[in-house]
Parts: sequence; C-alpha cells; structure tokens
Amino acid sequence: MLCDDCKKNEACVHITQISSDGKVDRNLCEDCAQKYGKIVFNPDKSFSVNDFLTGMFNSGLKPQLEDTKDTAQDFVCPNCGMTYRDFTHTGKIGCSVCYTKFGKRLEPLLRRIHGSSTHNGKIPKRSGGQLEVKHQIKRLRETLQNHIANEEYEEAAKLRDQIKDLEKAFNEEEQQEKN
Amino acid sequence: MSTDELFTNPYSPWMNGSGMDGDVVLSSRVRLARNFSDIPFPNRANLAQLSEVKAMMQEILPELEDITDKPYQCLPIDELTNLERKVLIEKHLISNNHIENPEHRALVVSDDRKVSIMINEEDHLRIQCMVSGLDLAVPLELASKIDDTIESKLDIAFNEKMGYLTSCPTNLGTGLRASVMVHLPGLVFTQQIGKIMNASPQLGLAVRGLYGEGTEVIGNIFQISNQLTLGFNEQEIMDNLTSAVLEIIMHERAARKALMTYSAERLSDQVWRAFGILKYARSVSANEALSLLSKVRLGIDTKMITEVAAKSFTELLVSSRTNYLKNLQENENLSQNEIDKERAKTIRETLEKFKVVRE
Repeated sequence: MLCDDCKKNEACVHITQISSDGKVDRNLCEDCAQKYGKIVFNPDKSFSVNDFLTGMFNSGLKPQLEDTKDTAQDFVCPNCGMTYRDFTHTGKIGCSVCYTKFGKRLEPLLRRIHGSSTHNGKIPKRSGGQLEVKHQIKRLRETLQNHIANEEYEEAAKLRDQIKDLEKAFNEEEQQEKN
Repeated sequence: MSTDELFTNPYSPWMNGSGMDGDVVLSSRVRLARNFSDIPFPNRANLAQLSEVKAMMQEILPELEDITDKPYQCLPIDELTNLERKVLIEKHLISNNHIENPEHRALVVSDDRKVSIMINEEDHLRIQCMVSGLDLAVPLELASKIDDTIESKLDIAFNEKMGYLTSCPTNLGTGLRASVMVHLPGLVFTQQIGKIMNASPQLGLAVRGLYGEGTEVIGNIFQISNQLTLGFNEQEIMDNLTSAVLEIIMHERAARKALMTYSAERLSDQVWRAFGILKYARSVSANEALSLLSKVRLGIDTKMITEVAAKSFTELLVSSRTNYLKNLQENENLSQNEIDKERAKTIRETLEKFKVVRE
C-alpha cells in the first residue's frame, strides 16, 4: 500500500484521527506521518552510554582478551558474583571488588574513555591511607630535582631532609599496619 | 521548608538569578559519585543491601547537619506518589534513573535545596550541590565537605590507581560531574549553536538538554558538563569547564548584541508577541510555553522588557511543567487539554504581578 499523502513511499503507519468532522483514517509512510505530530520512530532513542561501552567491548577489545590464557571461569567477582561477561553485556560494574578483579582487563577501556587510566584527583583521608603521603613525597622529589638543576643547594638540602622525615614516618606507619 | 512545600512551591536555589553571569547562566552544579566498599553497586545489590546503604546514610545525617549547618530531610522514593517523584525530577533534585526502581531509593535534601543526595541511584551516593549563576568552586567545596564527613565514618570504595570506584566506568576517578545550565537564545536565533555543539566534545565537554543525559533541548536551555573524570584533578576539570562556559557566554552576548543591532525590529516583535501570548493565552502546551518564555527572558535580558523580574522565567521553568501542575491539582489523569489550560492560567497569574504598559 502506498502512502496516502505523498503517494510515493510504502505506508507503514495507520493513523485514525477523530475530530469534530468525524473519523478520518490515513495510511502514511514514516516521513509523512512525522508531519502529523510527535510520533517517535527512532528506536535508538534510549541508546545510552552503557550500550556504547558494551559496543566498544564487543568490537576492538575482544581479540586482545582472547590472547590471555585465563579461562572465563577465572573472571567471577568473589564479592558480588558478577562475571566478566555480565560486564560486557551491561556496561556496568558490579561492586568495588570487581575493579580489583577485572582491573587489568578494564585498563584499556579506561584509556579509551578517559585517555588515561590513573587517578590524579582527590584522595579520601581515611581509606586513602598512606597514599596522600606517597603523593606528597613524589611532589617534593620533583621540586628537589628542580632546585638541584638550578643549583639552589640550600633549598635542596631542606627538601631532602623533609623527604627523609616523611619517608621515615611512612615506613613506620607501614610496619604498624603489617603488625 | 516543609516536605509539602517541596512539591507545591516551585522555589529552587538556582532561581533567583543573582549569581555571576546570571543573564546567561541559570545554575552551576557539582555531583560526586561515591560508593561504599564491598557492598555491591545498586544495580547488583539485593534489597537488604540497598536498605543497609540507606540506613548508613540516615545514621550519618545528624553529623552532616552539624558540619554543613543546614537541616536535611530524607525522602524515601517508594513512599512518594508517582507525581511527587516526577516533580522532584522537574526540580532537578533527582534523575529519571532514580525512580525506575523505587525500592530503598531515597533522596536526602537540605532545607535550602542546595544539597541533594540521591541514595541508590546508579551509585550508592550521588552528592549534588547547586547554586545560582556561574560558580563551580562553592558547590565543589560544599560537596567535598559532605564527602569528607561521610568518608570519616564509612568506608568509601577507592583504588589507588583508579580513584573513586563507580558503577559506570565513565564516572571513575574523581566521580565528579560538574554542569552548568545556560540559556542561549542568541546563539540559537543566529544559528550558531551548531558550532558550539560540534566543538564541545573536542574540549571534553558534553552538551545536553534541560534534564540532562538523553533529554531534548527545550526553551533554548542547555546543560554543559565535563565528560572525563579520570586522569585530571578536580581543579583542572572545573577550570576547563569554566573557561569553556565563559567563552560560550561571550559568544552568546555577542549574538544578542548582533540581534539588537541588525534585527532590532524583528527581535522586538518576537519578544512582544511571545509576551502577549503568554499574558493572554487560555491554553499553552509545555514546549510552547518554554520557547515563548525563552523569548520573554531574552527581552528582559536585553532591557526591552524592564518591568518583569528575570526570575519569573526560572520560576515558570518549574511551575509551568506538566507534572508540577498535575501534582498541584492532585490529579494524575488530567487530560492534555486541562493541563494546557492550567499552564496558561499559572503563567498569566505569574505575569499579572507586573505592570507592563506600552503604546
């Protein structure tokens, strides 16, 4: 059946219009039907970022993963029971433990999404543990190198002592945690 | 403000338009995604685990009140009516996603509405802070303070390398999504908006409609937010977004100026037509209302209409919305016709307060 309006395309929508003039039936093609109002044909409207992620997984990354010798059974999260396959279907992670479990496999994906796979922002005060100290030492070492390059040895010596103190405190803390 | 007023008073903190660059920027919002370690994320958690998350947050509420010096209330989503849930979405306090499975989902909202915490949305916690105008530093500081308070008592999922762990890998790292709501009639009318839309992804920014991800653009209102959350620190993300928004503001103002200079008559005709329709119409659809309101607001911002307060535009952004109107009438089954009549009435009543006399 051809569209009642344009008489060119195949009709695929049936519209019944009831108004004061009575009942009017029309058979329309997609293009013409859209002119009649808010009819949404695009089935991809609900396309979400997660569909996108699963798409990314099911395309480029697969061959790489098959190279690894792990069998699928290895990849079940012991905490929430999520399998790696679940993730490739839903695009969502199950729990915090999954990240440790699937960490290596997620890394290439993270680099694709964010262009990076290393966190560079805020560190929680308590669960971050010694991390803040570690970052601080790293930053101080960089400054120290700068001072040495500029032959500012007095400043450099001060920083060296500061780093030593921090490292000592850091190691003591580590020991305590182990005990 | 009482719970009832949350649904019957359109007030939101972003409405007064007093903030920086208020002629273009409606609001700035910061959202932190946080999860508790070891408890499965909401999409995989069972009901007992979801309820545990809710209970943990309720326990820490008094402390949050102390630290931020505001009273909070906790609204379980499953105890709200369908309309009330949708009103919260229209007020930008919760997302569509949050009401999909209402069991053990909850909203913690501060008395001044600046802080809203979605419990068990996609992540266990989504801490949101919103202010009027362009200012990301203040909401970030507030959200960070709330985050610190929660973290001091409860174990938050964090990984040395990957940062804060979230249900969706696109939020990983800082878990920070900053978004700025802007009104860009100038760029739309001068047909330059496409350029902004095309350039934004290259700057790591996403441009979305009025209600965020997956929603259409209505009333020339856009939300601009950062896309990347991992690899940058919070300050870098803020700076990047702020500088992009400042650039957009500049272009928007230039476009408005161009409209005023080169097509002043046409612009003035459009603005006054829109005003006339809103002031006298007996039936207005939701989208028509927003596109007319956008023109009136442009008229106010360009000083064509000086008698009407700019904030009546932002107030009507909530009070002319379908679910808000339905909820006020306490009738979910209002027909489209009846709603459109109610909407026209609300708009007329809002504009009636202002005396506008022209020859």
